[in-house]
Amino acid sequence: MSATDAHGHIEQEPDYLGAGHSIRSWLLTTDHKRIGILYLGTLIIFFLIGGAAATFIRLELATPEGDLVTADTYNRLFTLHGVIMVWFFLVPAVPSTLGNFLLPLAIGARDMAFPKLNLASWYINLAGGALALAALLLGGVDTGWTFYTPYSSLYSNSYVTLAALGVFIAGFSTIATGLNFIVTVHTHRCEGLTWMRLPLFVWSLYATSIVIVLATPALAIALLMVVMERLFSLGLFDPAQGGDPILFQHIFWFYSHPAVYIMILPGFGVVTEVLTCFSRRKVFGYEAMVFAILGIALFGFFVWGHHMFVSGQSAYASLIFSLLSFLIAIPSAIKVFNWSATLYGGHITFEASMLYALGFVGLFTLGGLTGLFLASIPIDVHMHDTYFVTAHFHYIMVGGMVSAFFAGLHFWWPKITGRMYSELWARLAALLMFLGFNFTFFPQFILGYMGMPRRYHSYPPEFEMWNVLSSAGAVILAVAYLMPIVYFSVSLLRGPRAGDNPWQARGLEWQTSSPPPRENFGPLPVVTREPYDYHAADEEPTAREGELNFPTRSETEFRE
Amino acid sequence: MNRAALPDQASTQAVAFDQLFWTMVGFSVLIVLLVGALIFVFSLRFRARTGVPRKSVAVLESRRVEIFWTAATAFFAVFFFWYTSTVTLDTVEAPPDAMEYHVEAKQWMWKTRHPSGVREINAMHVPTGRPVTVFLNSQDVIHSFFVPAFRIKKDVVPGRTSTVWFEATKPGTYPLFCTEYCGTNHAVMTGEVTVMTPADYAAWLETRAEGETLAATGARLFTEAGCSGCHAEASQVHAPDLSGLFGRDRPLANGDIVTADTAYIRDAILLPERDIAAGFEPIMPNFTGILEDGEVEALVAYIRTLGQEGLGQ
Repeated sequence: MSATDAHGHIEQEPDYLGAGHSIRSWLLTTDHKRIGILYLGTLIIFFLIGGAAATFIRLELATPEGDLVTADTYNRLFTLHGVIMVWFFLVPAVPSTLGNFLLPLAIGARDMAFPKLNLASWYINLAGGALALAALLLGGVDTGWTFYTPYSSLYSNSYVTLAALGVFIAGFSTIATGLNFIVTVHTHRCEGLTWMRLPLFVWSLYATSIVIVLATPALAIALLMVVMERLFSLGLFDPAQGGDPILFQHIFWFYSHPAVYIMILPGFGVVTEVLTCFSRRKVFGYEAMVFAILGIALFGFFVWGHHMFVSGQSAYASLIFSLLSFLIAIPSAIKVFNWSATLYGGHITFEASMLYALGFVGLFTLGGLTGLFLASIPIDVHMHDTYFVTAHFHYIMVGGMVSAFFAGLHFWWPKITGRMYSELWARLAALLMFLGFNFTFFPQFILGYMGMPRRYHSYPPEFEMWNVLSSAGAVILAVAYLMPIVYFSVSLLRGPRAGDNPWQARGLEWQTSSPPPRENFGPLPVVTREPYDYHAADEEPTAREGELNFPTRSETEFRE
Repeated sequence: MNRAALPDQASTQAVAFDQLFWTMVGFSVLIVLLVGALIFVFSLRFRARTGVPRKSVAVLESRRVEIFWTAATAFFAVFFFWYTSTVTLDTVEAPPDAMEYHVEAKQWMWKTRHPSGVREINAMHVPTGRPVTVFLNSQDVIHSFFVPAFRIKKDVVPGRTSTVWFEATKPGTYPLFCTEYCGTNHAVMTGEVTVMTPADYAAWLETRAEGETLAATGARLFTEAGCSGCHAEASQVHAPDLSGLFGRDRPLANGDIVTADTAYIRDAILLPERDIAAGFEPIMPNFTGILEDGEVEALVAYIRTLGQEGLGQ
């Protein structure tokens, strides 16, 4: 690429991809868009590592006997899967990649408030990830991603310290990103972009950032306490020294329950952008959606005790946590109903990102409803630490969050790369992912009800049928996850040019060129209307002007 | 019962649980159908090429709709909280006449002791129709005592005694699982709970060598470990009298008041310097490292029986 196009005309300004081609220009960039791409690169690597571990887990569980790997290896595999997927994939997935790339574009800014801190976040994330990976390569960690004491602090003979420090360090990266987002949203909104005109994607990133900044320190403290106990025998969690092993669970879940919302809230934002665009409708109940996001972020801090109903915590404390956990269903339900209502009266088309978004609503609904089972104490007593819980959080995290991530990636891919991908293959992958996901994880609800515990390397034969089904589904799911790697690569190399706004979407990011220039916009935009103004409030929604005509390869000029 | 998808239902809790569970399943299916129908019907009816009129939804009307489903959701949330909590509150406390089983969990086995003192490993025999309280102690990490057929589960936390109770209803053999990840052989830390009719249970007990009950072990240790040197009634040393102690409120030297429960008595043996009883010198030696695993629990069990005798007088 250069500053001239195929015909030798000088372009006005090179896009962000053309702003430098050296490795150095990438590794030392302070451009939020390039940092987003850097994150996407490391994110894909972590996703593949975590996915490989999951593959081995499902292979092992395809038979009741523990015959593929040893028990110790199995324990290291599910720990690897959990640690990598939670902290190095799910938490940074949408905020650090799509969020980094799009937040300034979506609010009409030229960059983040702290571009250098933004780059530093990536390096800190890399350092944390390297430490965690080192622990896993040296021989692994066998505590589970939850690091429960006193097993992690006194009994485990694995690289707990190194892995915990890796997660500890990665936490600083997340906090820095969260801080950057908060300040950027407060100070860098373009003229006319009032709070109530912010796209819900921006609101969701903002709420996520607040949760990140407030909750992550609790995780840091919990992990540091485990490290201290391992290194210096502090006795914080050691009952023989008067310590309390349950203390760890309180601090850990005080972070880790809000962390669930760190993972899912950005997904809410992405899905709203996609659903409105492809149904050509204003989002139904914008204000309610904003307050639902904020409500979930706030309530998320007060429900951690529902992870501890059988730990021996007081029955009355459990009751309060149960009530609050039921109440958090209200804002979640509002979101689901508002998304459904957004479709009403639209002109709906089913592009790949729309399919992912619709899949998200369905899977999130199922994940949320099964959450009610776990909020209810007597049911949780039976389900706790069984496959029911595993299935429940995979419906939210994988069915929900990963679907949303893919929805966003397909939606903004033309903006990020300037090129289109094969719509047909993308739709196929979306359908396959939905099917494969349900095939993999629905049987696990049944396993949980039957009583199969989590983290079992081998299991009694009565659980075999459902495990085989689940493993078979995982094969479909794996294919569905690998497909985008292929058609996105093809798109990068020879995809037709996308044009600035192929979906005729209304967000500010679509008003600049694709890919956007280094400074994002020529003159900064001025906002005069509400978000999602696909139609005026008192007017009928109208269909997109003309058919969506994807340019075919033959009409396209190629870059040299 | 169909073992392919449904767990056995073998305790009074299991019946209550399944009622609750299937009610919530029914409710969830309705919601999934509702949301699925909304999405499906809207997607079909308002797909781009259809010519149906798109009447705009007036602002007021959408407000009303929103208020309606917020209120409906709130109602169901509170209703299900109330519905499930009443079940919870009913089952917090074990009936007072429950049989007492003691279970020691360690990496990676379950050691059970019957009320009569009979001991088993990775197995437990119980009669039908009698409430059973299980006292749970761990010698190392956190384990969790889970019998799916009874729908009960309780974490076994080192340093404290947890209890869980059930009343078995159906004779049979049911799996026992450890559900809190506890290291290498977590998956094989399993056992069997055998439920028998009271007559069969009595016959089974006959065949087993008589063991020492946990409290009897404690009584023996009370002398052997030297506790009685100070705590016996005839002792010259000024130490608290333990009869009638259990379950009472005790004033401490620092002005606090604690209830003398299992946790307190355990701490008093292992960490005597922490909570000094009011009116006594801190002269009790620390027994950490002197008593073996399980011996503290035996002593606590013995002191509990002293408490019951004291209250009975």
